[in-house]
Amino acid sequence: MDIPYTVEVRRDTGLTNGKIGIWLFLASEVMLFGALFASYILIRVGNPSWPRGDTILNVPLATFNTVVLISSSVTMVMAWASLMRHRFGTFRIYMGATILLGFVFLVVKYFEYSHKFHDGLYPSTNNFLALYFTLTGLHMLHVFGGMVVNAYFWGPGAKLWKTNPVWFTNRVEHSGLFWHFVDLVWIFLFPVLYLL
Amino acid sequence: MTSDHAAELTSEHAADIDRHVRVYITVFVALMALTIVTVAISYLHLPTAMAITVALFVATVKGTLVAGYFMHLISEKKLIYAVLILTAVFFVALMALPVVTHSNGFWIPE
Repeated sequence: MDIPYTVEVRRDTGLTNGKIGIWLFLASEVMLFGALFASYILIRVGNPSWPRGDTILNVPLATFNTVVLISSSVTMVMAWASLMRHRFGTFRIYMGATILLGFVFLVVKYFEYSHKFHDGLYPSTNNFLALYFTLTGLHMLHVFGGMVVNAYFWGPGAKLWKTNPVWFTNRVEHSGLFWHFVDLVWIFLFPVLYLL
Repeated sequence: MTSDHAAELTSEHAADIDRHVRVYITVFVALMALTIVTVAISYLHLPTAMAITVALFVATVKGTLVAGYFMHLISEKKLIYAVLILTAVFFVALMALPVVTHSNGFWIPE
């Protein structure tokens, strides 16, 4: 059975089902990260002293990762724009760059994590590190998840472009919305954990 | 920019997209500049309350740019705004909870 309203918009919502679906999912994601941010506030204000992030964490590496993730958001939106302009080859380049930048982000995080473990700093060490590992760990899972979906659209999922280009374009747009959300979360995580 | 636009891949829309691509590049430059601002401010070692306020303000501006332009919220359908307003209400309540409970036992007795 065909999935309804993948290409044409529903008259009552004015949207495709995929579009409203991804936004409802992102709303639930806001609450997921919101719960952790609320925990951060509660634990931070409840502690008699709190370390500045830059005394424990590597700010230059995190700044580099911020630049990487923002760049990946641009390549993601350019991938979608390429499909809108019927340029499938260009889409592949931009989508490939998005996946690659996501990979770079994860590699940098790997080095950050291993450096902490090497120094004997674990989530159990103190409240700051518990929050740091929980928040960045969950965020990393999101980066990985986004990369898997993007890789699907770059590879096997791209077959849809030949049979139904509009549906494929919409799917890439929805995947992009998730990716931008992941970027948005990092925009807040970076100052909260590393700079304050 | 919305899904119904995506449903019509015409040359007219291609010109529209060209205009949007220029906006994306501008937003990208702004985000990079604001990232530098965020890091630079942290080196000023402002008092904690001021540092938090400034850092969250800059992050909010950056987040608004991402949501508004990359996620196309600047020209979205009403239903999505409705979903997000509802989410924002609950999000604010969630953030207020630890602040209120901490303010010397409003709900939790010391």
